[in-house]
Amino acid sequence: MNNSIKIEELKNISSQVRRDIVRMVHKVQSGHPGGSLGCADFFVSLFFHVMKKNSSFKMDGINEDIFFLSNGHISPVFYSVLARSGYFDIKELDSFRKLNSRLQGHPATHEKLPGIRIASGSLGQGLSVAIGSAITKKLNNDKNIVYVLLGDGELQEGQVWEALMFAAHNKVDNIIATIDYNGQQIDGQVDEVNSLLNLKDKLESFGWIVIESDGNDFNSILNVMNEAKKNLNTGYPVINIMKTIMGKGVNFMENSHKWHGIPPNDEQLSEALSQLEETLGDY
Amino acid sequence: MERKEYTYTEKKDTRSGFGEGLYEIGGKNKNVVALCADLTGSLKMNQFKNDFPERFFQVGIAEANMMGIAAGMTIGGKIPFTGTFANFSTGRVYDQIRQSIAYSGKNVKICASHAGITLGEDGATHQILEDIGMMKMLPDMTVINPCDYNQTKLATIAIADHIGPVYLRFGRPKWPIFTKENENFIIGKAIKFIEGRDVSIFATGHMLWQALEAEKLLYKMGISSEVINIHTIKPLDKDAILKSAKKTGHVVSCEEHNVIGGLGESISRLLSENNPCPMKIIGVNDTFGESGKPLDLLEKYKLDPNTIKKAVTDLINSK
Repeated sequence: MNNSIKIEELKNISSQVRRDIVRMVHKVQSGHPGGSLGCADFFVSLFFHVMKKNSSFKMDGINEDIFFLSNGHISPVFYSVLARSGYFDIKELDSFRKLNSRLQGHPATHEKLPGIRIASGSLGQGLSVAIGSAITKKLNNDKNIVYVLLGDGELQEGQVWEALMFAAHNKVDNIIATIDYNGQQIDGQVDEVNSLLNLKDKLESFGWIVIESDGNDFNSILNVMNEAKKNLNTGYPVINIMKTIMGKGVNFMENSHKWHGIPPNDEQLSEALSQLEETLGDY
Repeated sequence: MERKEYTYTEKKDTRSGFGEGLYEIGGKNKNVVALCADLTGSLKMNQFKNDFPERFFQVGIAEANMMGIAAGMTIGGKIPFTGTFANFSTGRVYDQIRQSIAYSGKNVKICASHAGITLGEDGATHQILEDIGMMKMLPDMTVINPCDYNQTKLATIAIADHIGPVYLRFGRPKWPIFTKENENFIIGKAIKFIEGRDVSIFATGHMLWQALEAEKLLYKMGISSEVINIHTIKPLDKDAILKSAKKTGHVVSCEEHNVIGGLGESISRLLSENNPCPMKIIGVNDTFGESGKPLDLLEKYKLDPNTIKKAVTDLINSK
C-alpha cells in the first residue's frame, strides 16, 4: 500500500475521532479531552493499521494482537476508535458516561463492551496486566503482540517500576509499551509536580529497549512501530516514549494541563468542531 | 446424627495443604499457573515450582505487580494462583485486586498464608485481622477460610474449577487434622460437624477446632451444641445458618479475625434480617495483635475454647 495514501486515510479518521471526543465530553459535560485528543493519532494508527485484529471480539484475544489502556481516563479516544473500527455501533458513543451505558467514565469489562479487556482508571496497573497477558501468549505459543499505553504522569505510580523490572528480568519480549509523553498532569506540568528527569536513561537502566517518536506525526508513529516490531523476540521488552501535544487539534486546548479533565462549553464546542473536519460522519 | 467427639493424631500447617493441593491440580490442569512474591518456601509452593517450572513465576517483592500480572494472565485462559502472606495479599494490594481482578471479573485465585494472629512471633505488622472484611466487601469475590490441612488441600483443588476471583485464606501454625482426606468439599456449602439443640456454633478456619474443643466442655455441662463449619464466608450458606439458628435459638460465631467485618458480622446481618436471635461474636476485639506463641496469643486475645464456652453459657443464661 502506498504510504502517503495510507496516511491521508489515517488523518481523515483521526479528524473524525477528535470530533467524537469533543462531542462526547461536551454532551455529558464531563470526561477527559486533553489526553484523548493528544493520543488520537496513535490510537488510529494502532487500530487501523498496526495491530492484527480478529473480526469479532473475544476476551481471550488468542491469535491476535491485544491492546491495553493503562491511563483509563482517556476513554473517549479509546471508545471512539473502538466504535470507528467496528467493535460496536458508533451511535453508542452518545451514551458515554450516562446511566445504563457500556461506555463507563473509565474503561470497564463489567458492562461487556467489546474491545475492553481490563478495567483501568486507577493508575499504574496496566503495564502489569499487559505483561501477564504477554506471558500467557508465550505459554500458548501465540506469536502475536501485546500493546499497552501509559500516561507520563502515571509513571509516578510505583507499580509501574515493579512491572518494568519484572519484564526485563523475565525477558518479556513480545510487548510494546508506549508512554504518552505530553508533559502534563492534573496539577500542572509533570516536571513541576514530580519530574521524570531523564526518562530515557531511567527506562534503559531498567533493561528496556527505548525508542522515541512523535505521537502527532503519522510517519513517526508508523516508523517507530515498525522499528519496535523488529526489536521483538530479542530478549528485551520494548518501550516507546511518544511525545504528544495535550489537546492536539483544537488550538485553544493545545499544550495546557487545564484541558486534562474539563469539557468544552457550547461555544467552545462550536469553535473546536470548526477546526476538525467531519470526514466519516458524526455519530 | 450421633454426637461425635473429634480427635486428631497429627498436626500439620494448613499452608502445606495449599501446597499439596496446588501441586495436585497443577499436574492435572495445564492452565494452572502459580505466582509468588519471594515466599515460595513459606507458601509451600516448591513442589509446584520444581515440577512445573515453566508455569511458576517468581515476581519478587512486588505484590501489586503480581496481582496485575495474574489478572493479565487470565486473558488467554490461564488460571493464576498468587501466593504470599495474607497481609500482602489483601491490604497491600487492595486497589489492584479491586480494579484489575474483581471489577474486571478475572479468574484469579488469591492464596494467602499466615493469616490471623496464629502467625505468631512476627507480630502485628504481619498478623492481618481485617482481610476477610476487605475481601468479602468486593462484589463477586468468593472468600474461603479452610479449617485444617485436609480441607485446605480440598479447597485449593476446588477453586481451580470455580470460575471467578477467589480469596483463599490459610495459616502458618501446625494445627490438628480432624477432617477426612476425601471429604466432599463444595464451595459455599456449610458442613455440620456436630448436631445439637441448645446453641449453634458457626466457626471458620483454625477456630473450628477451638469450637469443637469448646463443645466437649459444654457437653460435660449438659449443653448440646450444634457445630457447623462455615469454610466459605462468601457466598454464605444462608439456609444452613438459618435452619440451625431457628432450631437452637442461640448463635455463637468464631473466627481468627477482627469482630468487625468478618464471619460474625455476615451471620449477624443474615439473622437480623431473617431470624433475630441472641448472638455472640468470638473474634479479635478491634485491636492489633502482638508477638507470641500461637496458642498463647489465642488465649490472650480470647480465641480459646474456654472463651467460646463462656459465650455459650452467658447466652443461654441470659434468656
